[in-house]
Amino acid sequence: MRDGQVVKGVRFRDHRVVGDIIELAGRYSAEGADELVFYDITASPEGRSVDRGWISRVARVLDIPFCVAGGIRSVAEAEQVLAAGAEKVSVNSPALETPGLIDELARRFGSQCVVVGIDSQRVDGEWRVHQYTGDPDRAQRSARRTLEWVDEVQSRGAGEIVLNCMNVDGVRQGYDVEQLSAVRERCAVPLIASGGAGQPGHFAEVFRRARVDGALAASVFHSGEIAIPDLKAWLRREHIEVRP
Amino acid sequence: MKDLVIIDSGGANIASLVYALERLGCAAHLSADPVEIRSAARVILPGVGAAADAMARLRAHGLVDVIPRLTQPLLGICLGMQLLFESSEEGDTRCLGVFPGAVRRFAAAPGRPVPHMGWNSLHAVADVPLLAGIRDGDYAYFVHSFAAPVGEHTLARCAYGADFSAVVGRGNFMATQFHPERSAAAGARILANFLGLS
Repeated sequence: MRDGQVVKGVRFRDHRVVGDIIELAGRYSAEGADELVFYDITASPEGRSVDRGWISRVARVLDIPFCVAGGIRSVAEAEQVLAAGAEKVSVNSPALETPGLIDELARRFGSQCVVVGIDSQRVDGEWRVHQYTGDPDRAQRSARRTLEWVDEVQSRGAGEIVLNCMNVDGVRQGYDVEQLSAVRERCAVPLIASGGAGQPGHFAEVFRRARVDGALAASVFHSGEIAIPDLKAWLRREHIEVRP
Repeated sequence: MKDLVIIDSGGANIASLVYALERLGCAAHLSADPVEIRSAARVILPGVGAAADAMARLRAHGLVDVIPRLTQPLLGICLGMQLLFESSEEGDTRCLGVFPGAVRRFAAAPGRPVPHMGWNSLHAVADVPLLAGIRDGDYAYFVHSFAAPVGEHTLARCAYGADFSAVVGRGNFMATQFHPERSAAAGARILANFLGLS
């Protein structure tokens, strides 16, 4: 989401408008998506919060869970998002600035509501967390090592981790199975793979090899290149359990 | 007479439930008033949060003796289902006692984190009006750390480690451990079935 429209970039840059939020939300839930995640990529970099109006508009049409990410910096802001009908909130840059936010959110709403998004890629041979990735001019490497941050967010009460593998985002060459497998070893809560899906085989690969609980994708669905019903039918034939 | 009242047990996030009912053409009314609840054609007991807090709020509103005596169709959802049992291990809480037995915490195991969160399939689905059109293997969306064991009032099961009650029913009292309002077409069907009961 940027300025109320659905956009998609490549490697976190050059975002293009791909559609109307209500139309896309309705289409994906009808096609069998298990959950939707809405990232307001303009939120954190500009030091403001998500515009809440669209959340209840989305909640009115969706009969599956959805998660809202973007500049949620306080319990009060998370409360508004959840009250508008979101199932979960996802925190990323604000959690890096104030890790105690994760504890506060988990205490107030329960871990099941609290997703931590981690933008990560290898730098000098080590996976490092990055922040403010919604804005190429402000995006920066944080001082944190990804695997240590994965440990910390769980001990603070994160109920789910979405790992955005930046080096493969939007380029459709497959998920970063190596990084996801390393995180899986450390991650006892549900782990969602994000970044890199280009063909059905990539989904099968990340479920089998990285043992993730879910696979998130955007480009291939927005472009219509992969239809969700076809993908799920294909995964079932590959003996991977999915909701029909 | 209000057609459908959602019991306002406070703290619960009920927007998605209200919208799901709206999509079925039902304008729900939120209330903690015993008179309004008694006179409703149908009642939903929702719930997100901890059992002890929710029971304390029901007690504060004078609803602990009202709810078990209701005679119209009532649907408990998630924590609302657990509150209908005799007790919950969560905070060692005495509950409403409509269904016999105690709600217990899931034991975490490798590869089976608690809370149990996400889509899971229903089994041993009973042939009852509430579950018309629901088949074994249909998926529903769960978010919970505590569950009721399988018993004589179980209408559908789900497995997470051991089997637990996914749906229960006893006379006019019914409940789902999952969130029908988040459970796509299967959930909408259950809510529509509930709205069709008299």
